[in-house]
Amino acid sequence: MGPIIPSAGISDEINFLIAFIIGIGFGFALEQAGFSSSRKLAGMFYGYDTTVLKVFFTAAIVAMLGLVFLNYFEMIDMNIVYVNSYYIYSAIIGGIIMGAGFIIGGFCPGTSVVAASIGKIDAWWFLGGSLLGIFIFAETYPLWETLHNSAFVGSPKLSNVLGVKDGTLAFFIILIAIGMFWVGEWAEKKFARKDIVDNI
Amino acid sequence: MSHHNYITGDTKYMNPYIAGVLLGLVLLAAFYLTGRGLGASGAMKSVAVTTVETISHEHAQNSHFYSKYITGDQSPMRSWLVFQVLGVLVGGLISGALSGRLKVKVEHSPNITSRRRVVLAVIGGLLFGFGSQLGRGCTSGAALSGMAVLSVAGFVTMIAIFGTGFALAYFFRKNWI
Repeated sequence: MGPIIPSAGISDEINFLIAFIIGIGFGFALEQAGFSSSRKLAGMFYGYDTTVLKVFFTAAIVAMLGLVFLNYFEMIDMNIVYVNSYYIYSAIIGGIIMGAGFIIGGFCPGTSVVAASIGKIDAWWFLGGSLLGIFIFAETYPLWETLHNSAFVGSPKLSNVLGVKDGTLAFFIILIAIGMFWVGEWAEKKFARKDIVDNI
Repeated sequence: MSHHNYITGDTKYMNPYIAGVLLGLVLLAAFYLTGRGLGASGAMKSVAVTTVETISHEHAQNSHFYSKYITGDQSPMRSWLVFQVLGVLVGGLISGALSGRLKVKVEHSPNITSRRRVVLAVIGGLLFGFGSQLGRGCTSGAALSGMAVLSVAGFVTMIAIFGTGFALAYFFRKNWI
């Protein structure tokens, strides 16, 4: 029964090997999707290329449904599966700062790694900037410590908050995603930029 | 620009929905094997912590931030996410090689210079690095993995990141379109 590693007492070395192999799959999928191009990623915000929306939500749905089914067939112990802690203000403000970083820098950390791997020099600079940003956060941590740890409300799941089953919520998220895919396809025609899309 | 693909002859990127399924399966495998999803900024934090700890052990120990990630004799680099991100680097390289996309360059809109692109990349990275520490994870660990487990934090982070991107897109349009 999953998750395998926390329950099986696997050595660090094997654990790290698994991490490396999972990472290869992650990097391969991101690069194949085109997330190694900042101009493709930025297309999300101008409508000429909505690959980010399609890949991101398809992936979220696949994993979400997979977990619902694994849980249903009792193949995974969802009590051990990590649910993100929710600190209301730091999640929102952190997200806003990251959003600004996205539209300015054209990458997020994961996509900058795959872009760097195929030779995008701007991605290496983005990575350098990220390290600097983490360093600045760490050095000025006393200023943010209160904010960082305030308004902690545990690790709520949206399904519990709404009072529905996981599967029911997943179903509605799929419907919403299909609606968004339709909007994405529409946007790519409405805001088409052949000059950009042909060059990325 | 046409790309030469060594397997299929020629192509550009994978169909986004198929790439999404592939990414979703990798994410599901991560959950099934480890009980946690994927990540990226966590590995960068390990690099930052290790760098500071190597330069000044005392400074790191006295900081409320660094000290959280230093445990005994174990290097912060001995972490699951560090090895996962090394894998991402290799996976991206393999994909780029198979699709004929390996090329050293600064990619930017013809409306801006490479120098401007690099400056923007550093500023964007800086903000993303900072925000990921405040927000406890980036697009991978907080938004994508968080949404997959239906966590409220995941949805909130996702909406905050993309909502801000859309809200600010107009002001930065000259860099992209």
